[in-house]
Amino acid sequence: MASEAASEATPHPQFEPKIVAFVCNWCTYTGADLAGTSRLQMAPNVRVVRLPCTGRIDPLFITKAFEGGADGVIVSGCHPADCHYTAGNYHARRRFAIFRDLLDFMGVDVRRTTFSWVSASEGGKWRDVVNDTTERIRQLGPFAEYQGLSDPLPGGRRRPASGHQVDSPPARGTP
Amino acid sequence: MSRIGVLVCHCGENIGRTVDCAKVASALGELPGVAHAADYKYMCSDPGQLLIRQAIAEKKLDGVVVAACSPRMHEKTFRRACASAGMNAFLCEMANIREHCSWIHENREDATEKAIALARAIVEKVKRNQPLSPIRIPIERRALVIGGGIAGIQAALDIADGGREVVLVEKEPSIGGHMSQLSETFPTLDCSQCILTPRMVEAYQHPGIKLLAYSEVESVSGYIGNFEVKIRRKARSVDETRCNGCGECQKACPNKKIPSEFEQGLGKRTAIYVPFPQAVPNIPVIDRAHCAFFRGRAKGLKKDACSKCKEACGRQAVDFDQQDTFTTVKVGAVVVATGYQLYSIAKEQPNDKLKGYGEYGYGTIPDVIDGLQFERLASASGPTGGKILRPSDGKEPKKIVFLQCIGSRDPAKGIAYCSKVCCMYVAKHTMLYRHKVHDGQAYVFYMDVRAAGKGYEEFARRAVEEEGAIYLRGRVSKLERAGEAIKVYGFDTLSGQPLVIDADMVVLATAMRPQPGIEALAQKLSVSYDAHGFINEAHPKLRPVETNTAGVFVAGACQAPRDIPDSVAMASGTASKVLGLFSNEELERDPTVAVVDETGCAGCFHCERVCPYGAVERKEIKDRKGVLLKVVASVNKGVCQGCGTCQATCPSKNVELQGFTDEQMFAAISAL
Repeated sequence: MASEAASEATPHPQFEPKIVAFVCNWCTYTGADLAGTSRLQMAPNVRVVRLPCTGRIDPLFITKAFEGGADGVIVSGCHPADCHYTAGNYHARRRFAIFRDLLDFMGVDVRRTTFSWVSASEGGKWRDVVNDTTERIRQLGPFAEYQGLSDPLPGGRRRPASGHQVDSPPARGTP
Repeated sequence: MSRIGVLVCHCGENIGRTVDCAKVASALGELPGVAHAADYKYMCSDPGQLLIRQAIAEKKLDGVVVAACSPRMHEKTFRRACASAGMNAFLCEMANIREHCSWIHENREDATEKAIALARAIVEKVKRNQPLSPIRIPIERRALVIGGGIAGIQAALDIADGGREVVLVEKEPSIGGHMSQLSETFPTLDCSQCILTPRMVEAYQHPGIKLLAYSEVESVSGYIGNFEVKIRRKARSVDETRCNGCGECQKACPNKKIPSEFEQGLGKRTAIYVPFPQAVPNIPVIDRAHCAFFRGRAKGLKKDACSKCKEACGRQAVDFDQQDTFTTVKVGAVVVATGYQLYSIAKEQPNDKLKGYGEYGYGTIPDVIDGLQFERLASASGPTGGKILRPSDGKEPKKIVFLQCIGSRDPAKGIAYCSKVCCMYVAKHTMLYRHKVHDGQAYVFYMDVRAAGKGYEEFARRAVEEEGAIYLRGRVSKLERAGEAIKVYGFDTLSGQPLVIDADMVVLATAMRPQPGIEALAQKLSVSYDAHGFINEAHPKLRPVETNTAGVFVAGACQAPRDIPDSVAMASGTASKVLGLFSNEELERDPTVAVVDETGCAGCFHCERVCPYGAVERKEIKDRKGVLLKVVASVNKGVCQGCGTCQATCPSKNVELQGFTDEQMFAAISAL
């Protein structure tokens, strides 16, 4: 079996990466819903964050995800010319073309990021993006370097075991 | 400290089978700020919603997270339930642990862990949600219907009869669409023209309907309730206000040999023409590509090469200098009813995914025709006056072979879907053939006969049992010209025998595809379409005539292959949706819009540049004496659609998309 052969070659066969996916509501989120409706089985490592549009995805979301313990990140939205908001995906494309270079400069392996277009009808493509990214991140191993980057002082903050650490939010006005 | 309630749904067994819902609830119950956590079999049911309302009241919750299906499915349901318990609806959100978790994973431990993480992220987001109230905007209570086929006509009439104005746009010179080309309709065999043309005239004469024939949608801006649509009125070269449809110009036109589109190339027309005698409006149009005058002008001739039509017109209606004009209409809703085209059997296909049918002669054998061409042959108003005659030599075919599923259900040719109508119209064709050629024999090669519909199965049976059509289950490998006949090499899979039929004529039931240019139109309207170009409905079962763009509705064969009754039912469905929308003077909109923090805004206007809707305006801030202090960005809430591109672009983070603020998103990401 291909997957077994792949896992034998993997340097970290037991490693289950944590991957955060930033997707737009109209294409990829719906495509991922379709994958669910079609019962397409896929790796459980990817956790989806829904945003209205890829145009809303701030590059800082990606660094925040790495900071929170993610080993990989997926950004996916509507195909070019298919954006629900006409042009948000073009802005995202430009933004991430540049941001990838910045990640590279920062010493983040850009193979830890996946950018793709998955439309509302492409449930199968979403499964492939999820499985391919998971397998690739598994090959790359846990992402310890970013913790080093975000933690300049030796012996400082460690990667939290549960992968989340949240301050309590400010008080909210009554509805 | 927040008081969030977390409610985990089993969705019967859909979630509960792979996710340990009780464990999810107890894990989330331990999070700081979570005041209540429970699981229940069906959260969306009435008792499930009651649990939410009770929890809000008893535990004094200030936020609710429902871990269940996709928010695209039930977010509205749960927000409504929360609102009815007195909580702001936007303090309720959903974690998708069905489509994104239980349905796509098998390992219970993995799925449970993931469900906890997904719900935890939403809990952290909801802690930071702000109460929002819906935005109210006025509605322009006029509808645009794109496409003047039977679906568009029905939608326009129903909306206009409901008392609202309609603008009906048709790209061809006449409304009527494909239905006007049909001979008789299944399963009643009543004449298509007889039932359609009165509806065409009714639409034309209705005081509430403004018909713009020979026009196309150029651009669309705005949003539900307030669309602004620019329409290109293509130059007819005939003044519509003067023409009375006498037809003298057509008699005068010397170029009478142009293949008629309406007759599917089986008949001829003139360069100045009306597509068919019952056209609505009955005003001719000059086909500039074939007209001698325009060809002469293109060549740079100083003298008019021909002006016979102009001379023949007693009302000086022919206007060679007419140009395309543009008109802008404001509408509150749009109905897309652009219909279909047939899969071409030509070698060259418009699309790389489609492949031609070399084995069927690539359209080079003249007596191999498609279903619409047969309709024209069988039509009393057709090129043969209703006689079934071969296009090559005008002889009556005594053996005719119908091939079903040409293109349809053939992923190798790029179309995996069933075209739905072909089984029925082939059965109809065999009957019409038998009624006109009594000693003829019809053969049908089929994959399955799909006759689901009222009276359809009975009709298809009649073709075999009473009208003598021979149905052969199997495919045809190739068609070959053999003298006057066409050799049909087929295989009857039921008897296991190869067959060769010497046919006089072959009719291919080619697949229904969306109209060319549908993608461009869909992009103008910001509606999504599938891999084939069919417009996507908002929900395949529960919202079949809505699209994902609010205020844009879909009817007929541009959404999927449809027959006439389905198209008409859909069209009436869109009309009821439009009239429902128009029953209010104002519209409540989701408050997911961007808001500028004016104190921090530096006025760089990057947001203005990236906004696809032009929603960012400039606002001057003055002191008490009226001295201009600075110019800041300001978002027009009516225009903003909530994509959030401005927020990700703002260098100083002073514009925020409500419901998706940085604070909310960072908290959610950190909690994953």
